[in-house]
Amino acid sequence: MSNTDKQVVLEAKGISKHFPGVIANNNVDLALHKGEILALLGENGAGKSTLMNILYGLYHPTEGEIWIKGQHVQLQSPRDAIAHGIGMVHQHFQLVPVMTVAENVILGAEVTTFAGRIDMRQAVREVSELSHKYGLAVDPNAVIEDLPVGIQQRVEIIKALYRKADILILDEPTAVLTPQEANELFQIMRELTKQGVSIIFITHKLKEVLAVADQIAVLRRGEMVGSTLPSEATEASLAEMMVGRNVILQVDKSEAHPGAAILQVEDAHVLDDRKTSVVKGVSFEVRAGEVLGVAGVQGNGQRELVEALTGLRPLTQGRFIIDGHDATRYTPRQITDLDVAHIPEDREKHGLVMAYPIEDNTILNQYYETPYSSGVIVNRKAIENHALKLVEEFDVRTPSVTVAASTLSGGNKQKLIVAREFSKPVKLLIAAQPTRGIDVGSIEFIHQQIIKQRDRGVAVLLVSAELDEIMSLSDRIVVMFGGRIMATLPIAEATREKLGLLMAGSHG
Amino acid sequence: MAMQATEQEVRGTFGERLAGFWRAASVPLMAILLAALIGAIILIISGANPIDAYAALFRGSFSNARAIGRTLEKATPLILAGLAVAFAFKGGLFNIGGQGQLLIGAIVAAALGFGLNGLPFIIHMPIALLGGALAGAFYASIAGALKAFTGAHEVITTIMLNFVAINITDFLSNGPWKDTGIVARTPAILETAAIPKWDSIPLGFFIAAAVAIIIWYLLFRTTLGFEIRTVGLNPNAAKYAGIRVARITILTMAISGLLAGMGGSIETLGVVGRFQPGFNIGLGFDGITIALLARTHPLGVIPAAILLGAMQAGSSQMQFDAKVSFEIIDVIQALILFFVSAEMIVRWILRIRGEGDGGVRLSSGWGQG
Amino acid sequence: MTSNVALIKNSSWLDFLRKTGVWISILVVIGAIYGYLTEPQITTSMLASTLRQSTPLVLGALCGLLGERSGVINIGIEGQMLLSAFTGFLANVYTGNLLVAVMVGVLTGALLGGLLAFMSVTLKMDQIIGGTVINILALGLTGFFYQTGLTTQGKLQPIELGPLASLPLVGPVLFENPPITYLAIILVFVMHYMLFYTRWGLRTRAIGEHPRAADTVGINVNRMRYINVIIAGGIAGLAGAFLTLEAVGSFERAMTNGRGFVALAVMIFGKYMPFGVWGSALLFGFATALQTQLQFSGTIQIPHQFIGMLPYLLTIVVLAGFVGRTRPPASEGKPYETE
Repeated sequence: MSNTDKQVVLEAKGISKHFPGVIANNNVDLALHKGEILALLGENGAGKSTLMNILYGLYHPTEGEIWIKGQHVQLQSPRDAIAHGIGMVHQHFQLVPVMTVAENVILGAEVTTFAGRIDMRQAVREVSELSHKYGLAVDPNAVIEDLPVGIQQRVEIIKALYRKADILILDEPTAVLTPQEANELFQIMRELTKQGVSIIFITHKLKEVLAVADQIAVLRRGEMVGSTLPSEATEASLAEMMVGRNVILQVDKSEAHPGAAILQVEDAHVLDDRKTSVVKGVSFEVRAGEVLGVAGVQGNGQRELVEALTGLRPLTQGRFIIDGHDATRYTPRQITDLDVAHIPEDREKHGLVMAYPIEDNTILNQYYETPYSSGVIVNRKAIENHALKLVEEFDVRTPSVTVAASTLSGGNKQKLIVAREFSKPVKLLIAAQPTRGIDVGSIEFIHQQIIKQRDRGVAVLLVSAELDEIMSLSDRIVVMFGGRIMATLPIAEATREKLGLLMAGSHG
Repeated sequence: MAMQATEQEVRGTFGERLAGFWRAASVPLMAILLAALIGAIILIISGANPIDAYAALFRGSFSNARAIGRTLEKATPLILAGLAVAFAFKGGLFNIGGQGQLLIGAIVAAALGFGLNGLPFIIHMPIALLGGALAGAFYASIAGALKAFTGAHEVITTIMLNFVAINITDFLSNGPWKDTGIVARTPAILETAAIPKWDSIPLGFFIAAAVAIIIWYLLFRTTLGFEIRTVGLNPNAAKYAGIRVARITILTMAISGLLAGMGGSIETLGVVGRFQPGFNIGLGFDGITIALLARTHPLGVIPAAILLGAMQAGSSQMQFDAKVSFEIIDVIQALILFFVSAEMIVRWILRIRGEGDGGVRLSSGWGQG
Repeated sequence: MTSNVALIKNSSWLDFLRKTGVWISILVVIGAIYGYLTEPQITTSMLASTLRQSTPLVLGALCGLLGERSGVINIGIEGQMLLSAFTGFLANVYTGNLLVAVMVGVLTGALLGGLLAFMSVTLKMDQIIGGTVINILALGLTGFFYQTGLTTQGKLQPIELGPLASLPLVGPVLFENPPITYLAIILVFVMHYMLFYTRWGLRTRAIGEHPRAADTVGINVNRMRYINVIIAGGIAGLAGAFLTLEAVGSFERAMTNGRGFVALAVMIFGKYMPFGVWGSALLFGFATALQTQLQFSGTIQIPHQFIGMLPYLLTIVVLAGFVGRTRPPASEGKPYETE
């Protein structure tokens, strides 16, 4: 199949975008043909989102031109982009959780009768029709927050189609989906292209690119480094294009030598903030010197489980034992004092105090101990020395330890947290999404550190939504679905397909 | 964000310190200037001569020893009211209830001042002073506990408690603790409970200034201070770090109330000599202006309070000499507050760069759900 | 919790009445009839007083509601009411025209709403501080420009709504009121309709819950916040005008007496719904009316100061959530950043 005989519906010519101190896009060219799926590949921070926000009118390019269906356009706002038939499904859904599907779909493009009154009945009808036409199966009257993420994503697609979009931009659409849900999405995408919609599919997952794309474009450090066809690419070649060097997709690690059980969880039940049961009787153990990976799509109780194990959320039933102590009713401080290190899921919300200097952030888990505190008075000198040592040892890139943590990049923030957590004796490490949204260099570094801890005899509980991360670090894997553990597998028996089915709640 | 102070102290060479000081002080100084300017415009509109008015204001506050004494006397409760707001702010709380805590502190100090007989000065005065302070602490901790356990936003609860405090003190000074005679007020405090003056300089001022230094030390040099600031800047991270946020919230509020209560005590024991309703209306709001003018730094509170104290001390002179209603200082104060919190405007005028993001955030909903 | 969340989502006021109001309503009706049969005069005056006391609270709470539904917390309602009460009063003193005076009050409130929008939307100041600035500014300005001894030239007078006004009990209570009282009730219905049935309402709720979602479909979040906060300020201004031009007929220093803050509690207790706000304002109005009644009747020997605390203590209780919790608009208090 040749692309030259198809119409170019969207073309970006020489797009550059400069932010203060950063060049996010540099002279990028991109062409999308009618009815094709163009995969835009690049690692975190490569400038994919910036480019898409430019195409959607959220940013204005510093330089360059955008052509849509042969017409040179100025996109001042999303309104302009929508008017030109561009629809975007953002990575973080732009849906109002307390409103219905139909309300979300019509928002900003309401059909009114008299005096601004919305014609809800017609809105519901139109949403039904669109849902039916593209096989999306969405109830227009359902409230968004009651819907699973996969369905919410379809609402986003309907939103774009309702606005007569024929160019769809999907920003990391599979990040929140199980492999099976992702396959369903790919089918929907193909159905859409059959009916004349053109799609830009942004991702950093190589397998998906090869599975669904008609064309592949790769972005690295803000520049377009090349384009290729799926038939001419392999995972390895794409990875090299993406990162600019040979990447080791596998983490080097020797065989584990598990010792005694450090963490034992027995029949744990936990509620979420809305008081609904989200962890429903979970039992497992983590032994010294092994990594237990918890796989699962986000929102299946992993977060609440981690919060319970770190003392932030009460168990409603069951118990857990850390290093021989029943820690079920322990406070976060008591659990920390059992030599538990914790890398929280949300580093900016839970891991760091952004307005504090780096040095104060390095003692958050031990500020009350000598030499940092006499019990009453703090020892600034000791804190500074500690910080300087950690920054050096863990390669946190910063001009000084007195600048605010907010000035660090994502990867360096995460390294700072890891440095802090490992600067105390550790018996148990609880790591939640430890590499989410950071650069490849930092990911490799943090993976090595986790394995290093394991080899020193630390018990590691790794919770991650990235299947690749789970598979490359874990010695054993448990899969969580709907608040329960579906299965426990030794790494040797775990395949992507098997895990994917389990993550979707099927016993395979 | 309006008023994050630099969470980290300025270190380094003298030059760096000076530059740091300028960065911190430029916004407040500019805010004062702009407020005075707009105040002058309002004065002109209302038919007065602003230069005469400001000159009289200055004469009334700094021209001689008695004027300075009066300024310091006015500044004393202002320091404590400002500290109360600034301290709570460091812990992420907005204590608008300084007024109520001050009233409760003042009436308890008065009661201890007239009610305890036969104690020597060295015991009686401190008991009355601390008694009032502790009463303020207790009163504020109600709002702290409501915040910690139910999430009720302290801004509304403390304001409501202000009205409750007015009613309580009104009842006490009109009922059980009423002086003989028809005026609703408590009896005068005994000589042994009074905070003396040294010539025209009130001793209470030095107590207040010393408290400011103690509060600075507590916040920046102690482990408790670290915990309070951590909770203020990021309660989620504080929870992760094992800090008991509810406990710190109540304690922060209690210490804040202690400071406000102490302000009421010193005013009662050092200036007024008894409690009467209508006592120092508006001091709680003054505390907000002072705290923000000081960029919530405990030591910055002292000069900020002296400035507002001088305005209050000189206002009657201004009314007398320039025939300007003394309430113009309330307007100027409000303008200072506006400019100091709208620091983007001031920054733009001065062309200084921002201090980065972060800082305490108060607008977090009303704490329901 | 779930049922309350449903309330926010569900727009039907019948639903609201069914779920929370039905028992209270029945009790109130029975109580009112019983009271009327035994003590007709006191009951009539109590209920009329309840409605009067609730009017500034309804208006204040609608102001707060409109702001927070759009994502802007308004703690400056007190100041908006106070300054509007003052300017409305002055306008009446100097022009003698009540209509002009009310307009001036509304305009003043709107102007302060504009100031709040400027501080919270443009300057991205902390909204609580922004509101505090307005409160202190209003206190300072009214104090400075106030002269004792001025009185209005007349007050807004009750309008009898034809034969309805001669009905027993409900007549004098509901159909014999001055204009702003009627207006407040009308505004409750208008606000409900506007919020839940119109394009403006859908967009308003969207920018309060998820401004980015609204932005990505081409809604100008900041402009809408400006408009809504200014309209809300006008409503608070109407509450201020009510105080000087309809209720009292003169101005006193700090005469709002915390009503602006109580209005926020009314808004929360009303679960951010116009009809809920109305119901809870009536409850607070009843507490105030009861307080006055108790003070004058002298039948119960409690020092008046303790009775005087009632509305404030009620506010604290409401806020502490002892009477049920609500979920506020998700994005309130946060300036919107267009990345």
